[in-house]
Amino acid sequence: MSETTHDGTVAVTAAPSPDAGLAAAELAAKYGLSVSGARPSLGEYVRQLWGRRHFILAFSQAKLTAQYSQAKLGQLWQVATPLLNAAVYFLIFGLILHASRGMSQDVYIPFLVTGVFVFTFTQSSIMSGVRAISGNLGLVRALHFPRASLPVSFSLQQLQQLLFSMIVMFVVAIGFGSYPGASWLLIVPVLVLQFLFNTGLALIVARMGAKTPDLAQLMPFILRTWMYTSGVMFSINKMLEGRPEWIVRVLQVNPAAVYMDLMRFALIDGYGASNLPPHVWAIALFWAVVVFAGGFVYFWKAEERYGRG
Amino acid sequence: MAEQNAEQSTQDRRPTVIADELHIVYRVNGAKTGRGSATAALSRILKRGSDDSARGVRKVHAVRGVSFVAYRGEAIGLIGSNGSGKSTLLRAIAGLLPAERGKVYTDGQPSLLGVNAALMNDLTGERNVILGGLAMGMSREQIKERYQDIVDFSGINEKGDFITLPMRTYSSGMAARLRFSIAAAKDHDVLMIDEALATGDRKFQKRSEERIRELRKEAGTVFLVSHNNKSIRDTCNRVLWLERGELRMDGPTDEVLKEYEKFTGK
Repeated sequence: MSETTHDGTVAVTAAPSPDAGLAAAELAAKYGLSVSGARPSLGEYVRQLWGRRHFILAFSQAKLTAQYSQAKLGQLWQVATPLLNAAVYFLIFGLILHASRGMSQDVYIPFLVTGVFVFTFTQSSIMSGVRAISGNLGLVRALHFPRASLPVSFSLQQLQQLLFSMIVMFVVAIGFGSYPGASWLLIVPVLVLQFLFNTGLALIVARMGAKTPDLAQLMPFILRTWMYTSGVMFSINKMLEGRPEWIVRVLQVNPAAVYMDLMRFALIDGYGASNLPPHVWAIALFWAVVVFAGGFVYFWKAEERYGRG
Repeated sequence: MAEQNAEQSTQDRRPTVIADELHIVYRVNGAKTGRGSATAALSRILKRGSDDSARGVRKVHAVRGVSFVAYRGEAIGLIGSNGSGKSTLLRAIAGLLPAERGKVYTDGQPSLLGVNAALMNDLTGERNVILGGLAMGMSREQIKERYQDIVDFSGINEKGDFITLPMRTYSSGMAARLRFSIAAAKDHDVLMIDEALATGDRKFQKRSEERIRELRKEAGTVFLVSHNNKSIRDTCNRVLWLERGELRMDGPTDEVLKEYEKFTGK
Protein backbone atom coordinates (compact mmCIF):
# COMPACT_ATOMS: atom_id res chain seq x y z
CA MET A 1 0.00 0.00 0.00
CA SER A 2 2.80 2.41 0.83
CA GLU A 3 4.81 1.48 -2.21
CA THR A 4 5.73 4.26 -4.52
CA THR A 5 3.17 5.03 -7.21
CA HIS A 6 5.17 7.50 -9.21
CA ASP A 7 6.08 5.02 -11.86
CA GLY A 8 6.68 5.81 -15.51
CA THR A 9 3.07 6.37 -16.43
CA VAL A 10 2.52 9.20 -14.03
CA ALA A 11 5.87 10.84 -14.60
CA VAL A 12 4.80 11.87 -18.10
CA THR A 13 2.72 14.73 -16.75
CA ALA A 14 4.29 15.34 -13.37
CA ALA A 15 6.57 18.33 -13.45
CA PRO A 16 9.32 18.23 -10.83
CA SER A 17 7.56 19.09 -7.62
CA PRO A 18 8.27 18.78 -3.94
CA ASP A 19 5.73 15.95 -3.83
CA ALA A 20 7.74 13.68 -6.09
CA GLY A 21 8.80 10.59 -4.24
CA LEU A 22 5.98 10.79 -1.72
CA ALA A 23 4.02 7.57 -1.44
CA ALA A 24 0.33 7.72 -2.27
CA ALA A 25 -0.78 7.48 1.33
CA GLU A 26 1.61 10.26 2.38
CA LEU A 27 0.52 12.46 -0.51
CA ALA A 28 -3.10 11.89 0.41
CA ALA A 29 -2.42 12.75 4.02
CA LYS A 30 -0.53 15.92 3.06
CA TYR A 31 -3.47 17.35 1.14
CA GLY A 32 -6.18 16.03 3.41
CA LEU A 33 -7.61 13.53 0.93
CA SER A 34 -9.75 10.76 2.34
CA VAL A 35 -10.21 7.18 1.21
CA SER A 36 -13.04 6.99 -1.29
CA GLY A 37 -15.88 4.69 -0.32
CA ALA A 38 -14.67 4.20 3.24
CA ARG A 39 -17.23 3.44 5.91
CA PRO A 40 -18.09 6.47 8.07
CA SER A 41 -18.25 6.20 11.85
CA LEU A 42 -21.59 5.15 13.31
CA GLY A 43 -22.43 8.67 14.51
CA GLU A 44 -21.48 10.19 11.17
CA TYR A 45 -23.53 7.52 9.42
CA VAL A 46 -26.63 8.38 11.43
CA ARG A 47 -26.06 12.05 10.61
CA GLN A 48 -25.75 11.30 6.88
CA LEU A 49 -28.87 9.16 6.96
CA TRP A 50 -30.79 11.95 8.68
CA GLY A 51 -29.56 14.32 5.99
CA ARG A 52 -31.17 12.05 3.41
CA ARG A 53 -34.56 11.91 5.14
CA HIS A 54 -36.28 13.79 2.31
CA PHE A 55 -34.94 11.33 -0.22
CA ILE A 56 -35.99 8.36 1.90
CA LEU A 57 -39.54 9.68 2.21
CA ALA A 58 -39.81 10.72 -1.44
CA PHE A 59 -38.45 7.38 -2.62
CA SER A 60 -40.94 5.41 -0.51
CA GLN A 61 -43.86 7.53 -1.73
CA ALA A 62 -42.70 7.23 -5.34
CA LYS A 63 -42.54 3.43 -5.03
CA LEU A 64 -45.99 3.36 -3.49
CA THR A 65 -47.51 5.50 -6.25
CA ALA A 66 -45.70 3.70 -9.05
CA GLN A 67 -47.20 0.40 -7.88
CA TYR A 68 -50.68 1.08 -9.21
CA SER A 69 -50.08 3.82 -11.74
CA GLN A 70 -50.92 1.60 -14.72
CA ALA A 71 -54.21 0.35 -13.28
CA LYS A 72 -57.45 1.99 -14.36
CA LEU A 73 -58.69 2.34 -10.80
CA GLY A 74 -55.30 3.77 -9.89
CA GLN A 75 -54.66 4.55 -6.24
CA LEU A 76 -58.03 3.05 -5.27
CA TRP A 77 -56.16 -0.29 -5.26
CA GLN A 78 -54.27 0.87 -2.19
CA VAL A 79 -57.49 0.22 -0.26
CA ALA A 80 -59.07 -2.43 -2.50
CA THR A 81 -56.11 -4.85 -2.29
CA PRO A 82 -56.14 -5.24 1.51
CA LEU A 83 -59.94 -5.41 1.45
CA LEU A 84 -59.88 -8.31 -1.03
CA ASN A 85 -57.16 -9.98 1.00
CA ALA A 86 -59.27 -9.83 4.12
CA ALA A 87 -62.27 -11.18 2.22
CA VAL A 88 -60.31 -14.21 1.00
CA TYR A 89 -59.03 -15.04 4.48
CA PHE A 90 -62.54 -14.64 5.90
CA LEU A 91 -63.93 -16.99 3.26
CA ILE A 92 -61.38 -19.70 4.00
CA PHE A 93 -60.78 -19.45 7.73
CA GLY A 94 -64.08 -17.98 8.88
CA LEU A 95 -66.62 -19.76 6.70
CA ILE A 96 -64.90 -22.97 5.56
CA LEU A 97 -62.51 -23.93 8.36
CA HIS A 98 -64.33 -22.29 11.29
CA ALA A 99 -61.06 -21.20 12.89
CA SER A 100 -62.92 -18.80 15.19
CA ARG A 101 -63.08 -21.45 17.96
CA GLY A 102 -65.80 -19.99 20.03
CA MET A 103 -65.08 -16.34 19.30
CA SER A 104 -68.23 -14.53 18.24
CA GLN A 105 -68.36 -13.25 14.64
CA ASP A 106 -68.31 -9.70 15.99
CA VAL A 107 -64.87 -10.33 17.44
CA TYR A 108 -63.49 -12.88 15.02
CA ILE A 109 -63.82 -10.92 11.78
CA PRO A 110 -62.04 -7.78 13.02
CA PHE A 111 -59.60 -10.14 14.81
CA LEU A 112 -58.77 -11.84 11.51
CA VAL A 113 -58.59 -8.65 9.45
CA THR A 114 -56.33 -6.94 11.99
CA GLY A 115 -54.10 -10.00 12.16
CA VAL A 116 -53.75 -10.25 8.40
CA PHE A 117 -52.91 -6.56 7.95
CA VAL A 118 -50.48 -6.31 10.84
CA PHE A 119 -48.65 -9.46 9.82
CA THR A 120 -48.55 -8.39 6.19
CA PHE A 121 -46.81 -5.20 7.33
CA THR A 122 -43.95 -7.20 8.84
CA GLN A 123 -43.96 -9.76 6.03
CA SER A 124 -43.71 -7.31 3.17
CA SER A 125 -41.13 -5.18 4.99
CA ILE A 126 -38.92 -8.26 5.15
CA MET A 127 -39.58 -9.29 1.55
CA SER A 128 -38.74 -5.86 0.20
CA GLY A 129 -35.81 -5.67 2.62
CA VAL A 130 -34.20 -8.79 1.14
CA ARG A 131 -34.17 -7.15 -2.27
CA ALA A 132 -33.43 -3.64 -1.04
CA ILE A 133 -29.76 -3.81 -2.04
CA SER A 134 -29.60 -6.78 -4.42
CA GLY A 135 -32.58 -5.50 -6.43
CA ASN A 136 -31.28 -1.94 -6.65
CA LEU A 137 -27.66 -2.49 -7.62
CA GLY A 138 -28.04 0.04 -10.42
CA LEU A 139 -28.88 2.73 -7.90
CA VAL A 140 -26.19 1.61 -5.47
CA ARG A 141 -23.54 1.71 -8.19
CA ALA A 142 -24.58 5.05 -9.62
CA LEU A 143 -25.20 7.35 -6.70
CA HIS A 144 -23.75 8.10 -3.35
CA PHE A 145 -25.98 7.88 -0.28
CA PRO A 146 -25.97 5.93 2.97
CA ARG A 147 -27.15 2.51 1.82
CA ALA A 148 -29.42 2.11 4.85
CA SER A 149 -31.68 4.63 3.07
CA LEU A 150 -32.96 1.80 0.88
CA PRO A 151 -34.20 -0.72 3.47
CA VAL A 152 -35.52 2.13 5.65
CA SER A 153 -37.34 3.59 2.67
CA PHE A 154 -38.91 0.24 1.80
CA SER A 155 -40.16 -0.24 5.37
CA LEU A 156 -41.57 3.26 5.23
CA GLN A 157 -43.37 2.35 2.03
CA GLN A 158 -44.95 -0.62 3.81
CA LEU A 159 -45.94 1.61 6.72
CA GLN A 160 -47.79 3.90 4.32
CA GLN A 161 -49.40 0.86 2.75
CA LEU A 162 -50.56 -0.23 6.20
CA LEU A 163 -52.05 3.21 6.84
CA PHE A 164 -54.24 2.67 3.78
CA SER A 165 -55.18 -0.77 5.10
CA MET A 166 -56.10 0.84 8.43
CA ILE A 167 -58.98 2.57 6.68
CA VAL A 168 -60.39 -0.88 5.88
CA MET A 169 -59.56 -2.03 9.39
CA PHE A 170 -61.50 0.85 10.96
CA VAL A 171 -64.50 0.25 8.73
CA VAL A 172 -64.55 -3.47 9.61
CA ALA A 173 -64.15 -2.77 13.35
CA ILE A 174 -66.96 -0.24 13.36
CA GLY A 175 -69.11 -2.51 11.19
CA PHE A 176 -68.85 -5.24 13.84
CA GLY A 177 -69.64 -3.05 16.77
CA SER A 178 -66.26 -1.80 18.01
CA TYR A 179 -66.58 1.98 18.07
CA PRO A 180 -63.69 4.46 18.29
CA GLY A 181 -62.70 5.04 21.89
CA ALA A 182 -59.74 6.08 23.98
CA SER A 183 -58.12 2.68 23.48
CA TRP A 184 -57.76 3.43 19.75
CA LEU A 185 -55.02 5.90 20.70
CA LEU A 186 -52.85 2.90 21.57
CA ILE A 187 -52.61 2.20 17.85
CA VAL A 188 -49.99 4.92 17.52
CA PRO A 189 -47.38 3.46 19.91
CA VAL A 190 -48.04 -0.04 18.53
CA LEU A 191 -47.38 1.19 14.99
CA VAL A 192 -44.22 3.02 16.02
CA LEU A 193 -42.82 -0.03 17.81
CA GLN A 194 -43.72 -2.41 15.00
CA PHE A 195 -42.22 -0.06 12.42
CA LEU A 196 -38.94 0.03 14.35
CA PHE A 197 -38.95 -3.76 14.63
CA ASN A 198 -39.69 -4.19 10.90
CA THR A 199 -37.02 -1.72 9.87
CA GLY A 200 -34.46 -3.53 12.00
CA LEU A 201 -35.39 -6.84 10.39
CA ALA A 202 -35.33 -5.28 6.92
CA LEU A 203 -31.81 -3.96 7.58
CA ILE A 204 -30.64 -7.40 8.68
CA VAL A 205 -32.07 -9.27 5.71
CA ALA A 206 -30.91 -6.52 3.34
CA ARG A 207 -27.29 -7.19 4.27
CA MET A 208 -27.81 -10.95 4.07
CA GLY A 209 -29.65 -10.63 0.74
CA ALA A 210 -26.90 -8.43 -0.68
CA LYS A 211 -24.40 -11.24 -0.13
CA THR A 212 -26.73 -14.17 -0.85
CA PRO A 213 -29.55 -13.18 -3.22
CA ASP A 214 -30.93 -16.75 -2.93
CA LEU A 215 -32.50 -15.62 0.32
CA ALA A 216 -35.27 -13.98 -1.69
CA GLN A 217 -36.36 -17.44 -2.89
CA LEU A 218 -36.23 -18.94 0.59
CA MET A 219 -37.89 -16.11 2.49
CA PRO A 220 -41.53 -16.77 1.49
CA PHE A 221 -41.37 -20.23 3.11
CA ILE A 222 -39.87 -18.93 6.32
CA LEU A 223 -42.43 -16.15 6.44
CA ARG A 224 -45.36 -18.49 5.83
CA THR A 225 -44.23 -20.76 8.65
CA TRP A 226 -43.92 -17.74 10.88
CA MET A 227 -47.40 -16.60 9.92
CA TYR A 228 -49.05 -19.92 10.81
CA THR A 229 -47.34 -20.07 14.20
CA SER A 230 -48.13 -16.48 15.10
CA GLY A 231 -51.87 -16.79 15.45
CA VAL A 232 -52.94 -14.67 12.52
CA MET A 233 -56.14 -16.64 11.87
CA PHE A 234 -56.69 -18.15 15.31
CA SER A 235 -56.22 -17.21 18.91
CA ILE A 236 -53.08 -18.86 20.35
CA ASN A 237 -54.78 -19.07 23.77
CA LYS A 238 -57.81 -20.93 22.49
CA MET A 239 -56.01 -23.14 20.00
CA LEU A 240 -53.61 -24.47 22.61
CA GLU A 241 -56.05 -24.92 25.46
CA GLY A 242 -54.93 -27.80 27.65
CA ARG A 243 -51.35 -27.72 26.39
CA PRO A 244 -48.52 -26.84 28.80
CA GLU A 245 -48.45 -23.18 29.80
CA TRP A 246 -44.91 -22.59 28.55
CA ILE A 247 -45.74 -23.45 24.94
CA VAL A 248 -48.46 -20.83 24.93
CA ARG A 249 -46.09 -18.30 26.50
CA VAL A 250 -43.33 -18.97 23.97
CA LEU A 251 -45.70 -18.51 21.05
CA GLN A 252 -47.09 -15.36 22.63
CA VAL A 253 -43.80 -13.52 23.07
CA ASN A 254 -43.06 -13.98 19.38
CA PRO A 255 -42.85 -10.37 18.15
CA ALA A 256 -45.37 -10.82 15.34
CA ALA A 257 -47.93 -12.18 17.82
CA VAL A 258 -47.18 -9.37 20.29
CA TYR A 259 -47.82 -6.56 17.78
CA MET A 260 -50.92 -8.27 16.40
CA ASP A 261 -52.41 -8.83 19.85
CA LEU A 262 -51.68 -5.27 20.93
CA MET A 263 -53.35 -3.90 17.81
CA ARG A 264 -56.40 -6.11 18.36
CA PHE A 265 -56.54 -5.12 22.01
CA ALA A 266 -56.50 -1.45 21.00
CA LEU A 267 -59.09 -1.81 18.28
CA ILE A 268 -61.62 -4.48 19.24
CA ASP A 269 -63.98 -4.04 22.18
CA GLY A 270 -64.55 -7.74 22.79
CA TYR A 271 -60.81 -8.56 22.81
CA GLY A 272 -59.79 -7.90 26.39
CA ALA A 273 -56.51 -7.80 28.28
CA SER A 274 -56.94 -11.46 29.25
CA ASN A 275 -55.75 -12.39 25.77
CA LEU A 276 -52.42 -10.62 26.23
CA PRO A 277 -49.33 -12.22 27.76
CA PRO A 278 -47.94 -10.61 30.93
CA HIS A 279 -45.61 -7.60 30.45
CA VAL A 280 -46.76 -7.27 26.87
CA TRP A 281 -45.69 -3.61 26.45
CA ALA A 282 -42.24 -4.36 27.82
CA ILE A 283 -41.89 -7.23 25.35
CA ALA A 284 -43.06 -5.04 22.48
CA LEU A 285 -40.57 -2.33 23.42
CA PHE A 286 -37.77 -4.88 23.88
CA TRP A 287 -38.22 -6.38 20.40
CA ALA A 288 -38.43 -2.97 18.75
CA VAL A 289 -35.33 -1.50 20.39
CA VAL A 290 -33.12 -4.59 20.24
CA VAL A 291 -33.93 -5.56 16.66
CA PHE A 292 -33.74 -1.99 15.34
CA ALA A 293 -30.46 -1.11 17.06
CA GLY A 294 -28.92 -4.50 16.29
CA GLY A 295 -30.08 -4.43 12.68
CA PHE A 296 -28.79 -0.92 12.14
CA VAL A 297 -25.31 -1.67 13.44
CA TYR A 298 -25.20 -4.98 11.56
CA PHE A 299 -26.11 -3.24 8.29
CA TRP A 300 -23.67 -0.37 8.86
CA LYS A 301 -20.76 -2.77 9.40
CA ALA A 302 -20.86 -3.83 5.73
CA GLU A 303 -21.60 -0.35 4.35
CA GLU A 304 -18.48 -0.14 2.16
CA ARG A 305 -19.11 -3.57 0.62
CA TYR A 306 -22.60 -3.05 -0.84
CA GLY A 307 -22.50 -2.84 -4.61
CA ARG A 308 -19.78 -5.38 -5.23
CA GLY A 309 -21.13 -7.60 -7.97
CA MET B 1 14.47 25.14 -6.35
CA ALA B 2 13.82 28.31 -4.37
CA GLU B 3 11.63 27.99 -1.32
CA GLN B 4 8.96 30.32 -2.70
CA ASN B 5 8.92 28.57 -6.03
CA ALA B 6 8.30 25.22 -4.42
CA GLU B 7 5.47 26.71 -2.40
CA GLN B 8 3.94 28.06 -5.59
CA SER B 9 4.02 24.76 -7.42
CA THR B 10 2.39 22.87 -4.55
CA GLN B 11 -0.47 25.32 -4.63
CA ASP B 12 -0.90 24.96 -8.35
CA ARG B 13 -0.79 21.19 -8.35
CA ARG B 14 -3.18 20.23 -5.63
CA PRO B 15 -4.09 16.58 -5.98
CA THR B 16 -7.80 15.80 -5.95
CA VAL B 17 -7.80 12.09 -6.77
CA ILE B 18 -5.05 9.58 -6.00
CA ALA B 19 -5.40 5.97 -7.17
CA ASP B 20 -2.90 3.61 -5.57
CA GLU B 21 -2.41 0.15 -7.14
CA LEU B 22 -6.16 -0.21 -7.59
CA HIS B 23 -7.66 -3.63 -8.34
CA ILE B 24 -11.37 -4.23 -8.95
CA VAL B 25 -12.80 -7.73 -9.22
CA TYR B 26 -16.38 -8.63 -10.10
CA ARG B 27 -17.73 -11.97 -8.90
CA VAL B 28 -20.36 -13.67 -11.03
CA ASN B 29 -22.34 -16.53 -9.49
CA GLY B 30 -22.83 -19.71 -11.44
CA ALA B 31 -21.16 -18.58 -14.63
CA LYS B 32 -18.36 -21.11 -14.72
CA THR B 33 -19.87 -23.55 -17.16
CA GLY B 34 -22.04 -20.99 -18.85
CA ARG B 35 -25.08 -23.09 -17.97
CA GLY B 36 -27.08 -22.44 -14.85
CA SER B 37 -28.23 -26.06 -14.53
CA ALA B 38 -29.50 -27.44 -11.25
CA THR B 39 -26.75 -30.05 -10.97
CA ALA B 40 -24.10 -27.39 -11.48
CA ALA B 41 -25.65 -25.35 -8.71
CA LEU B 42 -25.77 -28.37 -6.41
CA SER B 43 -22.14 -29.26 -6.93
CA ARG B 44 -21.32 -25.63 -6.25
CA ILE B 45 -22.96 -25.86 -2.85
CA LEU B 46 -21.30 -29.18 -2.06
CA LYS B 47 -17.92 -27.72 -2.85
CA ARG B 48 -18.50 -24.87 -0.46
CA GLY B 49 -15.55 -24.07 1.70
CA SER B 50 -13.06 -24.54 -1.08
CA ASP B 51 -11.96 -21.47 -2.99
CA ASP B 52 -14.14 -19.37 -5.24
CA SER B 53 -13.09 -20.87 -8.55
CA ALA B 54 -13.96 -24.39 -7.46
CA ARG B 55 -17.43 -23.23 -6.45
CA GLY B 56 -18.16 -21.94 -9.90
CA VAL B 57 -17.90 -18.30 -8.96
CA ARG B 58 -16.20 -16.64 -11.85
CA LYS B 59 -14.00 -13.70 -11.15
CA VAL B 60 -13.71 -10.88 -13.60
CA HIS B 61 -10.62 -8.85 -12.92
CA ALA B 62 -11.79 -5.57 -14.44
CA VAL B 63 -9.11 -3.16 -13.21
CA ARG B 64 -5.57 -4.39 -12.57
CA GLY B 65 -3.29 -2.22 -10.53
CA VAL B 66 -4.02 1.25 -11.85
CA SER B 67 -2.19 4.17 -10.22
CA PHE B 68 -2.39 7.84 -11.05
CA VAL B 69 -2.68 11.25 -9.44
CA ALA B 70 -5.20 13.78 -10.73
CA TYR B 71 -4.84 17.46 -9.94
CA ARG B 72 -7.24 20.34 -9.52
CA GLY B 73 -8.19 21.97 -12.81
CA GLU B 74 -7.46 18.95 -14.94
CA ALA B 75 -9.93 17.45 -17.38
CA ILE B 76 -9.00 13.84 -17.85
CA GLY B 77 -10.29 11.68 -20.66
CA LEU B 78 -10.52 7.91 -20.28
CA ILE B 79 -10.14 5.93 -23.47
CA GLY B 80 -9.83 2.27 -24.36
CA SER B 81 -11.77 -0.38 -26.23
CA ASN B 82 -15.07 -1.76 -24.91
CA GLY B 83 -14.69 -3.70 -21.70
CA SER B 84 -11.31 -2.24 -20.86
CA GLY B 85 -12.47 -1.12 -17.42
CA LYS B 86 -13.16 2.58 -17.97
CA SER B 87 -16.58 2.73 -16.36
CA THR B 88 -15.50 0.42 -13.58
CA LEU B 89 -12.56 2.70 -12.80
CA LEU B 90 -14.90 5.71 -12.63
CA ARG B 91 -17.21 3.93 -10.22
CA ALA B 92 -14.31 2.93 -8.03
CA ILE B 93 -13.09 6.53 -7.90
CA ALA B 94 -16.59 7.58 -6.88
CA GLY B 95 -16.41 5.02 -4.07
CA LEU B 96 -19.37 3.12 -5.49
CA LEU B 97 -17.52 -0.11 -6.19
CA PRO B 98 -15.43 -1.55 -3.39
CA ALA B 99 -11.77 -2.12 -4.27
CA GLU B 100 -10.35 -5.62 -4.10
CA ARG B 101 -6.86 -4.29 -3.37
CA GLY B 102 -5.33 -0.84 -3.34
CA LYS B 103 -6.98 2.44 -2.44
CA VAL B 104 -8.46 5.56 -3.93
CA TYR B 105 -8.02 8.85 -2.08
CA THR B 106 -10.25 11.75 -3.00
CA ASP B 107 -10.80 15.36 -2.07
CA GLY B 108 -14.48 15.62 -1.16
CA GLN B 109 -17.10 13.39 -2.70
CA PRO B 110 -16.64 12.67 -6.41
CA SER B 111 -19.92 12.19 -8.22
CA LEU B 112 -20.92 10.34 -11.30
CA LEU B 113 -23.06 12.27 -13.75
CA GLY B 114 -26.16 10.13 -14.02
CA VAL B 115 -29.36 9.55 -12.08
CA ASN B 116 -31.03 7.05 -14.39
CA ALA B 117 -31.29 4.38 -11.74
CA ALA B 118 -33.18 6.59 -9.30
CA LEU B 119 -35.89 7.61 -11.74
CA MET B 120 -39.15 5.70 -12.15
CA ASN B 121 -40.91 5.37 -15.47
CA ASP B 122 -44.34 5.24 -13.87
CA LEU B 123 -43.99 8.65 -12.28
CA THR B 124 -44.51 12.01 -13.91
CA GLY B 125 -41.52 13.96 -15.18
CA GLU B 126 -42.25 16.50 -12.48
CA ARG B 127 -41.92 14.00 -9.65
CA ASN B 128 -38.84 12.47 -11.25
CA VAL B 129 -37.09 15.84 -11.24
CA ILE B 130 -37.67 16.06 -7.50
CA LEU B 131 -36.82 12.41 -6.83
CA GLY B 132 -33.64 12.57 -8.94
CA GLY B 133 -32.53 15.78 -7.27
CA LEU B 134 -33.04 14.31 -3.81
CA ALA B 135 -31.22 11.12 -4.84
CA MET B 136 -28.20 13.21 -5.85
CA GLY B 137 -28.23 14.81 -2.43
CA MET B 138 -29.78 18.17 -3.25
CA SER B 139 -32.06 19.75 -0.68
CA ARG B 140 -35.73 20.43 -1.37
CA GLU B 141 -35.04 24.18 -1.52
CA GLN B 142 -32.25 23.73 -4.07
CA ILE B 143 -34.54 21.63 -6.24
CA LYS B 144 -37.37 24.13 -6.02
CA GLU B 145 -34.92 26.84 -7.01
CA ARG B 146 -33.63 24.97 -10.05
CA TYR B 147 -36.80 23.15 -11.05
CA GLN B 148 -37.75 25.58 -13.81
CA ASP B 149 -34.18 25.61 -15.18
CA ILE B 150 -34.13 21.82 -15.35
CA VAL B 151 -37.43 21.65 -17.20
CA ASP B 152 -36.49 24.46 -19.57
CA PHE B 153 -33.09 22.95 -20.26
CA SER B 154 -34.56 19.54 -21.09
CA GLY B 155 -36.96 21.18 -23.55
CA ILE B 156 -39.61 18.65 -22.55
CA ASN B 157 -42.34 21.27 -22.46
CA GLU B 158 -41.51 22.67 -25.90
CA LYS B 159 -44.10 20.39 -27.48
CA GLY B 160 -46.89 20.69 -24.93
CA ASP B 161 -47.23 19.99 -21.24
CA PHE B 162 -45.30 16.73 -21.06
CA ILE B 163 -43.69 17.22 -17.68
CA THR B 164 -46.95 16.27 -15.92
CA LEU B 165 -47.18 12.97 -17.84
CA PRO B 166 -45.57 9.72 -16.67
CA MET B 167 -42.06 9.20 -18.04
CA ARG B 168 -43.08 5.96 -19.76
CA THR B 169 -45.07 8.05 -22.23
CA TYR B 170 -41.91 9.90 -23.34
CA SER B 171 -39.99 9.03 -26.46
CA SER B 172 -36.54 7.61 -25.72
CA GLY B 173 -34.94 10.88 -26.79
CA MET B 174 -37.17 12.94 -24.51
CA ALA B 175 -36.47 10.67 -21.56
CA ALA B 176 -32.71 10.84 -22.19
CA ARG B 177 -32.88 14.63 -22.32
CA LEU B 178 -34.75 14.85 -19.05
CA ARG B 179 -32.30 12.46 -17.39
CA PHE B 180 -29.33 14.49 -18.51
CA SER B 181 -30.95 17.74 -17.40
CA ILE B 182 -31.58 16.37 -13.92
CA ALA B 183 -28.08 14.95 -13.63
CA ALA B 184 -26.42 18.15 -14.82
CA ALA B 185 -28.35 20.35 -12.39
CA LYS B 186 -25.96 19.80 -9.51
CA ASP B 187 -22.50 21.31 -9.03
CA HIS B 188 -19.71 18.89 -8.27
CA ASP B 189 -16.17 18.95 -6.83
CA VAL B 190 -14.93 16.03 -8.84
CA LEU B 191 -17.21 15.26 -11.74
CA MET B 192 -17.26 12.07 -13.77
CA ILE B 193 -19.10 11.80 -17.05
CA ASP B 194 -19.69 8.45 -18.66
CA GLU B 195 -20.48 8.91 -22.34
CA ALA B 196 -23.27 11.32 -21.51
CA LEU B 197 -22.67 13.52 -24.51
CA ALA B 198 -24.41 11.33 -27.03
CA THR B 199 -28.03 11.94 -25.98
CA GLY B 200 -30.82 13.74 -27.76
CA ASP B 201 -30.95 15.55 -31.07
CA ARG B 202 -28.23 17.86 -32.41
CA LYS B 203 -29.69 20.93 -30.82
CA PHE B 204 -29.75 19.27 -27.42
CA GLN B 205 -26.25 17.84 -27.85
CA LYS B 206 -24.91 21.34 -28.43
CA ARG B 207 -26.67 22.56 -25.32
CA SER B 208 -25.40 19.69 -23.20
CA GLU B 209 -21.80 20.09 -24.36
CA GLU B 210 -22.02 23.70 -23.31
CA ARG B 211 -23.41 22.69 -19.93
CA ILE B 212 -20.57 20.20 -19.46
CA ARG B 213 -18.04 22.94 -20.15
CA GLU B 214 -19.80 25.05 -17.51
CA LEU B 215 -19.71 22.19 -15.03
CA ARG B 216 -16.01 21.76 -15.77
CA LYS B 217 -15.34 25.34 -14.86
CA GLU B 218 -17.08 24.91 -11.52
CA ALA B 219 -15.70 21.47 -10.75
CA GLY B 220 -12.18 20.89 -9.50
CA THR B 221 -11.44 17.92 -11.74
CA VAL B 222 -13.40 16.31 -14.54
CA PHE B 223 -13.20 12.74 -15.79
CA LEU B 224 -14.78 11.95 -19.15
CA VAL B 225 -15.28 8.49 -20.60
CA SER B 226 -15.91 8.56 -24.32
CA HIS B 227 -15.32 6.67 -27.52
CA ASN B 228 -15.50 9.90 -29.42
CA ASN B 229 -11.92 11.08 -29.84
CA LYS B 230 -13.12 14.47 -30.99
CA SER B 231 -15.03 15.22 -27.83
CA ILE B 232 -12.02 14.04 -25.79
CA ARG B 233 -9.77 16.36 -27.78
CA ASP B 234 -12.22 19.25 -27.30
CA THR B 235 -12.61 18.90 -23.56
CA CYS B 236 -9.60 17.15 -22.04
CA ASN B 237 -5.99 18.16 -21.41
CA ARG B 238 -4.85 14.76 -20.17
CA VAL B 239 -5.77 11.24 -21.19
CA LEU B 240 -5.59 7.87 -19.44
CA TRP B 241 -5.61 4.93 -21.83
CA LEU B 242 -6.87 1.69 -20.32
CA GLU B 243 -6.52 -1.65 -22.02
CA ARG B 244 -7.60 -4.94 -20.37
CA GLY B 245 -7.82 -3.19 -17.03
CA GLU B 246 -4.26 -1.92 -17.14
CA LEU B 247 -3.08 1.62 -17.57
CA ARG B 248 -1.37 1.53 -20.93
CA MET B 249 -0.56 5.18 -21.25
CA ASP B 250 -1.01 8.41 -19.32
CA GLY B 251 -0.13 11.81 -20.72
CA PRO B 252 -1.14 14.92 -22.64
CA THR B 253 -4.17 14.43 -24.89
CA ASP B 254 -2.43 14.72 -28.26
CA GLU B 255 0.36 12.30 -27.43
CA VAL B 256 -1.89 9.58 -26.07
CA LEU B 257 -4.55 9.95 -28.73
CA LYS B 258 -1.93 9.65 -31.47
CA GLU B 259 -0.72 6.36 -30.04
CA TYR B 260 -4.30 5.20 -29.45
CA GLU B 261 -5.30 5.94 -33.02
CA LYS B 262 -2.26 4.04 -34.26
CA PHE B 263 -3.29 1.13 -32.03
CA THR B 264 -6.89 1.04 -33.18
CA GLY B 265 -5.80 1.47 -36.79
CA LYS B 266 -7.68 4.66 -37.53
